[in-house]
Amino acid sequence: MTHRELLASPEFRALVRRRWQVSLFLTVLLFILYYGYILLIAGNRVWLSQKIGPATTLGIPVGAAVIAGAWALTAAYVIWANRAYDPEVARLRERVKGH
Amino acid sequence: MASTLGTPTISAIVFFLVIVALTLVVTYWAARRMRSASEFYAAGRSVSPLQNGLALAGDYMSAASFLGIAGLVALRGYDGMIYATGWLVGWPALMFLIAEPLRNLGKFTFADVVAFRLKQVPVRIASAVGGILTLLFYVLAQMVGAGNLIALMFGLPYEWAVIAVGIVMLAYVLFGGMVATTWVQIIKAVLLLFGVTVLTLLVLAQFDFSPGQLYAAVAARDGQAALEPGGLVTDPIDAISLGLALMLGLLGLPHILMRFYTVPNALAARKSVLYATGFIGYFYLIIPIVGFGASALVGRDVIRAIDPGGNMAAPLVAELLGGTPLLGFIAAVAFATILAVVAGLTLAGASTLSHDIFMHVVRRGQATDAEQMKVARIATVAFGLVAVVLGILFKGQNVAFMVGLAFAVACSANFPPLLLSIVWRRFTTIGAVASIVVGALASVTFILLSPTIWVDLLGNPEAIFPLRNPAIVSMPLSILAGVVGSLVSREPEAEDKFDDEKLRTYLGIGAE
Repeated sequence: MTHRELLASPEFRALVRRRWQVSLFLTVLLFILYYGYILLIAGNRVWLSQKIGPATTLGIPVGAAVIAGAWALTAAYVIWANRAYDPEVARLRERVKGH
Repeated sequence: MASTLGTPTISAIVFFLVIVALTLVVTYWAARRMRSASEFYAAGRSVSPLQNGLALAGDYMSAASFLGIAGLVALRGYDGMIYATGWLVGWPALMFLIAEPLRNLGKFTFADVVAFRLKQVPVRIASAVGGILTLLFYVLAQMVGAGNLIALMFGLPYEWAVIAVGIVMLAYVLFGGMVATTWVQIIKAVLLLFGVTVLTLLVLAQFDFSPGQLYAAVAARDGQAALEPGGLVTDPIDAISLGLALMLGLLGLPHILMRFYTVPNALAARKSVLYATGFIGYFYLIIPIVGFGASALVGRDVIRAIDPGGNMAAPLVAELLGGTPLLGFIAAVAFATILAVVAGLTLAGASTLSHDIFMHVVRRGQATDAEQMKVARIATVAFGLVAVVLGILFKGQNVAFMVGLAFAVACSANFPPLLLSIVWRRFTTIGAVASIVVGALASVTFILLSPTIWVDLLGNPEAIFPLRNPAIVSMPLSILAGVVGSLVSREPEAEDKFDDEKLRTYLGIGAE
């Protein structure tokens, strides 16, 4: 298979489409996570200020969860890419070997 | 509490000398490997994912985030934590949108990607302007911060401190290039993570390892308000604009982007972002504990008395809990942090000048390795000199907004053309140049007219541009300019090359 044929192949197109679907989906989740937090601070200070211990406020675990969540989204991408994207890349690269 | 801050103690000097000696030994070792341009700019693409993850974290975790965020939490409580989260969220975005295509398409600088299928000369010049602007604002903030912090911690005069930083970091970059700079970042990142972990454990040990008790002590001393969102996010539009600059600005920082060329392939680039996000996330998770510990144990009055900005909160709590030796260690780590960040910025500046301007504009892509390295070294000295001179000129100025400016320019002038060139077939040379020029002009102009400079610095009664953070306006303007500029011009050659580019972007076929 030549490079031109690979480019036009449904598998390559599907791979590129899938890559951006996953990326954009995770980007949207990231925006919801972070800007949701910022808008929550701007809009509902009282909710974040409620106590969940003698002095600890709900805002503290929520802030920590934003950091942990951002890392988890990164990890989700790596797991997807290692398991689904890389094997497909290897398969497609194999096809144009020698060209 | 009597503090030895500001007097050069034996322990601070010993730790400082050990760290500098260690980094110089690494530089000497690296210098012997420094035989080609690829070694100088990209460490021969032989850095492992874990090493690169630490180096990325090292490049990103500046003294401003270490001392500054601890201080912000100590003086303003929960608001400091909100600020800390903003510094992390760019990393996932970098992974999803840029990291792998950047690695596959580029060689040494991010301009390689923007110029990949466009006309080299105009795109390289425009990208260099965006890149150098970002780096200059960033390095200026670092240098002024360095002079102030070292004066505060070691009692060294401001100018000497700036010159000392300049000389040591020039040694790293000139002789050891990317190899030495990477190892300096790794050493610094490990020391910083270790130092902050020790501080966190010592603080928690005072409260039976219960964060709840720590927060109770904070509330008892400074009031419950210290644990509630306060005045940081009053204007949601400004807060979102700042968040946008912090998040997407990362995707346009030249010194961060060039690290992706030091790893062998896209898989390694991906893994290194995961490591970096882990280290940086951990850092921002525990740094608020140090800040809260400082306000509960040292007290806001004492912290403010030494530095009104709160920058000495972490060193003061170190001295209280670990005595002069721990203070010396933390001070030395802060100094190493500044050195490493300035070295990374200088290497990125030198690469832009020598690879983008000399190699691709002056020589049109034809220069030997020896010539490139000679020019890269001259550019290193030039950038370093400019950094030192700017640092001395801006003595006593409040430059905190400069980092914000660097992120605003990065997110408005560097990120849009980079993303458009990766995803959009119809992107043209005119579109790229328009997007960079409009993004750079808009972000700088809006900051000049914003409350931060127009009112606070220049004393005018009212700001012409209402937001302190322009990204929410300047970035869309840059994208718009890129799209309009591309639609009014046509570049069939660039569209044809987009196909080759796609195989390289997504499959890594033909990647360097």
